[in-house]
Amino acid sequence: MVARLRGQLAVPAGAIVLALLVGAVIIIATSPLATGRFDPTLPLVTYWAIIQGSLLSVNGLIDTVRSAAPLILVGLSVGFCFKAGLFNIGGQGQFLTGAVTAAAVGGALAGAPPYIAAPVAILAAMAVGALYGMIPGFLKAFTGAHEVVTTIMLNYIAIQIVAYLIQGPLRAPGSSFARSADVGNAAIPVIITSGGHQAHLGVIFPFIAAGIIWWLLYRTTIGFEIRTVGANPDAARYAGMRPRYLMMLAMSVAGLLGGLAGAGEILGVSGYMPAAYSTNVGFDAITVALLGRVHPLGIVFAGLLLGAMRAGAGLMQIQAGVPVQMIDVLQGVILFFLAADIVVRRVFRIRAAAGGVAELATVTGTYGGTTKASQP
Amino acid sequence: MNGLFDLPVIGLVFQLLDFLTKVITLNGPIILALATPLALGALCGVMCERSGVVNIGIEGMMLASAFVGWFVAALVAQAMPAAPGAFFGVTPALLIGLVAAVCCGMLVSTLHAWLSISLRVDQIISGTIINIVAAGVTGYLDVLFSTNPMPTAGKFEAFAPPDALTGLPLVGWLFKMFLAQGPITLSVIVLVVALEILLFRSRWGLRTRAVGEHPKAAETVGIDVIRLRYRNVILGGVFAGLAGAWFTLDFGNSFQGGMTGGRGFIALAALIFGRWRPIGAFLAALLFAASSALGIAIRTTPPSGELGRILTSIPEEVFAALPYIVTIIVLAGVVGRSIAPAADGQPYERESAT
Repeated sequence: MVARLRGQLAVPAGAIVLALLVGAVIIIATSPLATGRFDPTLPLVTYWAIIQGSLLSVNGLIDTVRSAAPLILVGLSVGFCFKAGLFNIGGQGQFLTGAVTAAAVGGALAGAPPYIAAPVAILAAMAVGALYGMIPGFLKAFTGAHEVVTTIMLNYIAIQIVAYLIQGPLRAPGSSFARSADVGNAAIPVIITSGGHQAHLGVIFPFIAAGIIWWLLYRTTIGFEIRTVGANPDAARYAGMRPRYLMMLAMSVAGLLGGLAGAGEILGVSGYMPAAYSTNVGFDAITVALLGRVHPLGIVFAGLLLGAMRAGAGLMQIQAGVPVQMIDVLQGVILFFLAADIVVRRVFRIRAAAGGVAELATVTGTYGGTTKASQP
Repeated sequence: MNGLFDLPVIGLVFQLLDFLTKVITLNGPIILALATPLALGALCGVMCERSGVVNIGIEGMMLASAFVGWFVAALVAQAMPAAPGAFFGVTPALLIGLVAAVCCGMLVSTLHAWLSISLRVDQIISGTIINIVAAGVTGYLDVLFSTNPMPTAGKFEAFAPPDALTGLPLVGWLFKMFLAQGPITLSVIVLVVALEILLFRSRWGLRTRAVGEHPKAAETVGIDVIRLRYRNVILGGVFAGLAGAWFTLDFGNSFQGGMTGGRGFIALAALIFGRWRPIGAFLAALLFAASSALGIAIRTTPPSGELGRILTSIPEEVFAALPYIVTIIVLAGVVGRSIAPAADGQPYERESAT
């Protein structure tokens, strides 16, 4: 058990260390632009600021957990689809449609009793997210259109849907910029507050969701079928499973998680939705899912880690002068080393361990609509 | 003619046809320009997928090349300012920027080749990593440079075809569409035709298609599958690099984070719609570009009459989303009949010689 765990942890840990080194090189190389002079110690200042801003204070810890919540939820969404052999890059679209639904329903129920308003808004967001996630599942199951391209297209479409709704029917009267009405009583209650840093009750959703997803995947027949379809669609069909139905189900569950993440951000953090709401959560979640070895527990830890990086980004920009976009760079490089794990294993002399990116060999197998799984 | 427009219901169809004809003939140059990154991206896809490597990373390759092209051109322009030449307004800065963009495209696709051919990482994951890393790094650098602005190197100028050609009745707009363009867009037609001929009429093309359809059979007749895949994926990067350069050196003259706006993915749809053939992909790219141009035309110069009332009552966001919706419809409707190369996406493992 311990040896297995060590095998699972070694590559992600190595990938993070190497990514921090690559990040350090980039920070040093661009230090004249960031601070106006060449500064080889800047990476230390940068990384220390991230740690300080995320872990070394109560405020930082609150920000970390709050930033991690959507990352874990959408990470679970991506990971769940990976188990079914599907690559869900549509986290952003599912998040946005869920968020705009939460803003609409929350705004409409702003005067209703809180114990009705918030749950209804959350459930509505989950339902709409699930429907939005089901579209690419349906398209793949019945037309063979690969979900990687369709989910990305749906992300761009979701941005336009949000822009239309918030500038049009949902626009709050009297506001100086295009935004939806305040969610009022539909807001998720704040449970911890410290010096202006708040965490809402919704930060526990990801942990509950991780438990449910684990149970669904490893303790139910549906989960077994989903994992079988992901590992070998042909074998699954010969065994009498229904790949089409399972694909749509997996994408719907993924969309539901994305919608829940969107609801949490609107009802728990901002309280309204601006037309230009931008998020990168769909792509961040891919890093979370792969860093977490596509396992619910791993995804929770990976989400917390990347949430800490996001939470510390503000202080990093203030103290080191390095733009917050450095976090995107670090995430991308972590992802690169996770995929090119042979580099990590060479550097740290780690023997090959099962799991990780290597087990995702069926994602591309269905590309181009030639898969047998998409045929009746 | 106007009598037809007044017919109930069918009149609307005639009005629509009339409007579409006007949009296409008046906006020919912009349609071809907008089709350029899509067509070049699709050519990159043809190179990769015909030899059996799925390339989802075209978007990231374009974005990285767009940044590198703009950045290098701006650096060179500072080092040696020059007046624009008579031909396309070339300056050394623009040419060096173009070369740098192409080199960047090749470098990034070498990374994709290494990950997907040598390490046998799932090819879609490899492509996605390229997209995420490219977006992250260019976004970071873009923020750094926007706080320390650099003067741009300008851009290539469009060729001005003689009025005698563009003024011709009926076909004049076609000459304008295909000739009144910057150098990258002008080269697209040549590249499309050349690649179509090479792919289906040359030894290299036959070998490439063999490797994409049945690599084992190709290996038994002495084709080095791994080497050919490497070569094609890296050469495919040239097209992605040109597409990137189009954004910052031909169509526009500056870089913004995420400026490729999903065109790398629409290029993939064009590739599939065009059945993995260069000319088919080019025509599909024209269709996507025309749908974008239509959205712009409805906002800027809406038609008069009944049709105009209907079209202008549709929210503008619908037209902004139109290329993405068309992409989904194309993928859903056509993929079933459009067959990918049989070995597309399958890593090749040489059998051990025992």
